[in-house]
Amino acid sequence: MTAAETTLIAAVAFTVNGAAVRVSVEPETPLLYVLRNDLGLKGTRFGCGLGQCGACMVIVDGEARSSCDLAVSAVAGRAVTTIEGLARGNEIHPLQQAIVDEGAGQCGYCLSGMIMSAAALLETEPAADDERVRQALETNLCRCGVHPRVLRAIRRVVDAGRSGT
Amino acid sequence: MQAADRDLVETWLRIDDDGAWILTGKVELGQGIHEALSMLVAEELDLPFDRVHVAPVDTAVSRDEGLTAGSRSVQETGRTLRAVAATARRALVAAAGRRLSCPVDELTVRDGRVSGRGREVAFADLARDGALATPVDPAAPTKAPGDRRLLGTSPVRRDILPRITGAPTFIGDLDLPGMLHGRVVRPPGPGARLGSMDAEALRRNPGVVSVVRDGDFLGIVAEREDTAVAALSRATRFVEWEPGPPLPSVDDPRYLLGAEAEEIVVEDRGGSEPRAVPARSLRAEYSRPHVAHGAVGPSCAIARFDADGLMVWAHSQGIFRLRHELALVLGLDESAVRVRHVEGAGCYGHNGADDVALDAALLARANPGRPVRVQWMRDDEFAWEPYGPAMLIRLTADVDANGQILDWRHELWGHGHDSRPGRAGMPADTSALLAARHLSQPFLVPRPRAPRAATSGGQRNAVPYYSVPRLRVVDHYVADAPLRVSSLRSLGAHANVFAIESFMDEIAAATGLEPLELRLRHLEDPRAREVLTTVAAMAGPAPRTEGELLRGRGLGFARYKNQAAYAAVMVDVELGTSIRVRRAWAAIDAGMVVSRSGLLNQAEGGIVQAVSWTLLEAIRTESAGIASRDWDTYPALRFPDVPEVEVRLIDRPDEPPVGAGEAFAGPTSAAIANAIANASGVRLRDLPLTRDRFVAALG
Repeated sequence: MTAAETTLIAAVAFTVNGAAVRVSVEPETPLLYVLRNDLGLKGTRFGCGLGQCGACMVIVDGEARSSCDLAVSAVAGRAVTTIEGLARGNEIHPLQQAIVDEGAGQCGYCLSGMIMSAAALLETEPAADDERVRQALETNLCRCGVHPRVLRAIRRVVDAGRSGT
Repeated sequence: MQAADRDLVETWLRIDDDGAWILTGKVELGQGIHEALSMLVAEELDLPFDRVHVAPVDTAVSRDEGLTAGSRSVQETGRTLRAVAATARRALVAAAGRRLSCPVDELTVRDGRVSGRGREVAFADLARDGALATPVDPAAPTKAPGDRRLLGTSPVRRDILPRITGAPTFIGDLDLPGMLHGRVVRPPGPGARLGSMDAEALRRNPGVVSVVRDGDFLGIVAEREDTAVAALSRATRFVEWEPGPPLPSVDDPRYLLGAEAEEIVVEDRGGSEPRAVPARSLRAEYSRPHVAHGAVGPSCAIARFDADGLMVWAHSQGIFRLRHELALVLGLDESAVRVRHVEGAGCYGHNGADDVALDAALLARANPGRPVRVQWMRDDEFAWEPYGPAMLIRLTADVDANGQILDWRHELWGHGHDSRPGRAGMPADTSALLAARHLSQPFLVPRPRAPRAATSGGQRNAVPYYSVPRLRVVDHYVADAPLRVSSLRSLGAHANVFAIESFMDEIAAATGLEPLELRLRHLEDPRAREVLTTVAAMAGPAPRTEGELLRGRGLGFARYKNQAAYAAVMVDVELGTSIRVRRAWAAIDAGMVVSRSGLLNQAEGGIVQAVSWTLLEAIRTESAGIASRDWDTYPALRFPDVPEVEVRLIDRPDEPPVGAGEAFAGPTSAAIANAIANASGVRLRDLPLTRDRFVAALG
C-alpha cells in the first residue's frame, strides 16, 4: 500500500452544542461531514468545500468558522456550536426568530450559516452596527438575494438588545 | 380553458382531518410558490392558512404540470386552483345542505365546518362522502376583493423555521437506511475522453464500495461521503484523460457574429408608414456573457434500484420530464421509474439538478438495493451546469427633433435558452442529461430549443414595450452553442431589456430629455406609466458627486414578457475604487397581490441577484475547459456590497395575478449602466460592468 491509501482512524473528542462527543474517523475528515453524517446534525450545509461561501459555518470556541475546510482533528478538545445548538430549551435563538419574523428566506440553504456568523458576532458585539454586520457576513453567499431581509432581521435583534427587551 | 380545468376537483384537492392538500405538480424552489398557492386555496375555501398544504410532489401521486418555470405558477396554476377551491366550497356547502336538511343560504362556513340550524358538519366528512367528485367549474365565482381576508396579507412563511433549526429539509439532508455516497470523476473539459485508468487503485481506497465505468462516465461509490470525496480528489493520479478539441473562447459574446445563424423576423411593423425625416440616428451594441446559475447548494440526488424499479429523489423543476428521460437513457419502462421532488437550494432555472439524478441512477444501478446519494462538488456545478447563454444586441433608432422615436430596430444574436430533459418530440437517440453523452453507447447532445414565440428564449422582451411607428426586431438564432446552455431566470429578457433600457437613456441624453420623460412619452399603458412615476417619486434628491467619489442615478423599466408584471427600478451608484450600487427603489404591478411578503421578497431578491450579474458575473473559458470553477474565479455579490432596497407594490385586486419573479433582471442591469453614465458620462454596454471596463472606457 502506498501512503495515500493508508487509513489512519483516530478517535477525536470535542463538544458539540455542549455535549461531549467522540468520533473515530480519519483525522483529516472535514468537520462538516462528521457533523452531518456521523452526528446527524444536518443543519450545517455543504456549499463549496473551499471555505468560500459560508453555508457550513459553525462556531468553534466562540469564533465563526467554515466547517468544510476544517479537519476534525483541529477541533479536538474544543467547543463546537451548530445551528441545532442555538436554541435555549424550547426557545429558539432571537436571530432565528427574527429571520422568521422578517420572512428573511427564499430557498433557505444559506441561512444556517448566516445565522451562525451573526450569532458569533453579536455574542462579542451585541451592538454591532450595519457595517460590522455586513463585514461579519462577508463569507456568507446568498443567491436568492435575501440579504436586505437578513440585515433587517439582525438589526431587529441588535435593536431589541439595546432596548433591553 | 385548459383541459385540466374539466377534471374533478378531487384530482386537484384532497380534504381530510388535517386540512386541505393541494396535489399540484408545481415544485417549491425557494420562490415561495407553495405558500402562494396555499393562500389562494385557503381564501376560497375559508380555511385557516395553516390548514392548507401542498402534498409532496411525486410522479406517483401529483398532477403532471410540466415545468415549474417562467413565472407561470401563480399566473396559471394559481388561476386553476382558485376555480378548484371555489368549486369545492360550493360543492361542500351544497352537500352540507343535504346532510343537515338546511337551505344553502342559511349555512355558514367557518374553519372547515359548515353549520346551520344548530348542527354542523366538517369539510373532511363531506369530502369522504364524495363531495369533491365534481367537475371543476372554471366560472365558479371567486371572492370579490372586499370579501377577502387572506390575499394581499403577509402570513409567516411556514417553511423557513425548519430550515434554520436543523431539520433535514433539503434533498442533501435525506439519510436513507443503507445509503451509499457517490461522486463522479468528470473529464477535465467537454470532449475529453477517458483513456487509461487504474481501476484497482481507485477501488483500493478503503471504504470504496465500487468503481463504476461506462464509456467516459466514471463514478466512485463509498460507504462514507468523505471517503467518496477523498477518493475523487485522489482519482486524478489514477485516471488519464485524452483531451478534447480546444474550447473556443466565448468570453467576448461577439463570437456570435461569426457563427452560422438562422434569421428570424420577430416583429416587423409600420414599414409602409411614410418615413419621417429623422433629426438624428443612433446605434449601439450591447452584450451579456454566459452567466452561471451558481446555486449555493450544489446539485444533489438519491437513487435506488430494486425489484420495484428505480426510485429517484430529485430537486428537478420538471419531475415528470426527468422520469421520461431517465427511463429513456436507462432503457426502462417509464412505469418502472418514480421521481419524488425534494427541495434543493434555489436554482433560478435549469442547473445540474436533472443531471445529478442520472449520475445517481447510474451508480445505483451498479449497487442494487441500496440508495446512492450523489452531490456535485462546487467545481462540478460551475464546470458542467448549463449556463444562461451569451447574447449580443444591436439597436438602431431614428429620432425627431422633439425626441420622438420614429423608427426602432433591434437585432439580437444568441443561442436557445432551453436544453431541458424530457422535451416533447426529441429523437430517442438524444438526451439532455449530462452523463448520457459520456456512456459507452452515448446519446447525442440535443440542440437547445429554437425560440417559438416572442415571449420565449432569446426573443423574450426583444420587442420594446414602447410605442414607435416603425419597428423591426430580428433574431439571429445560433443553434450550435459552444458551451452547454439552458434556462436562467428571465431568459433573453435580461439582455434585451438591458439593451433597450440602456439605449433609451442614450436617446434621452442625445435629445436632451429626462430619461423618465422620454419613457412616458412612448408609453400609453397607464399601469406601465404608474410604476415609473412611482419609483421616481420614491427616490429622494439626486445623489451628488463628492471629490473623487462619482455618484449617479439610473432608471430601468420593463413589462416582463410584455404581458406579465410591470417593473420599474431606480438605483444610485457610487464610483470609487469599485462600482457600488448603494440604493435601489422599485415598483411592481403584478396584478392582484397574493402574498405581500412573498411578492416583495421576489422583487428584492431579483434586484439583488441582478446587481450581482451586472457588476460581477461571467463564465470564462480557457482552451482546456471552463476557467470559472469556484467563488474566487466566479465572484458574486457579497454582503458589504448589497444595496439598500425599497420596493413598493401596486396592488390590483381586480386583476388576475401575473408572474413576477423574473421581472427585475433586465431593468436593474440597465438602471445600473444608466447610473454609471449619469455619474461619469461613461457608457458601458458590455456586461458585467466592471471597474476595469470603466477605466478602459475612460481612456
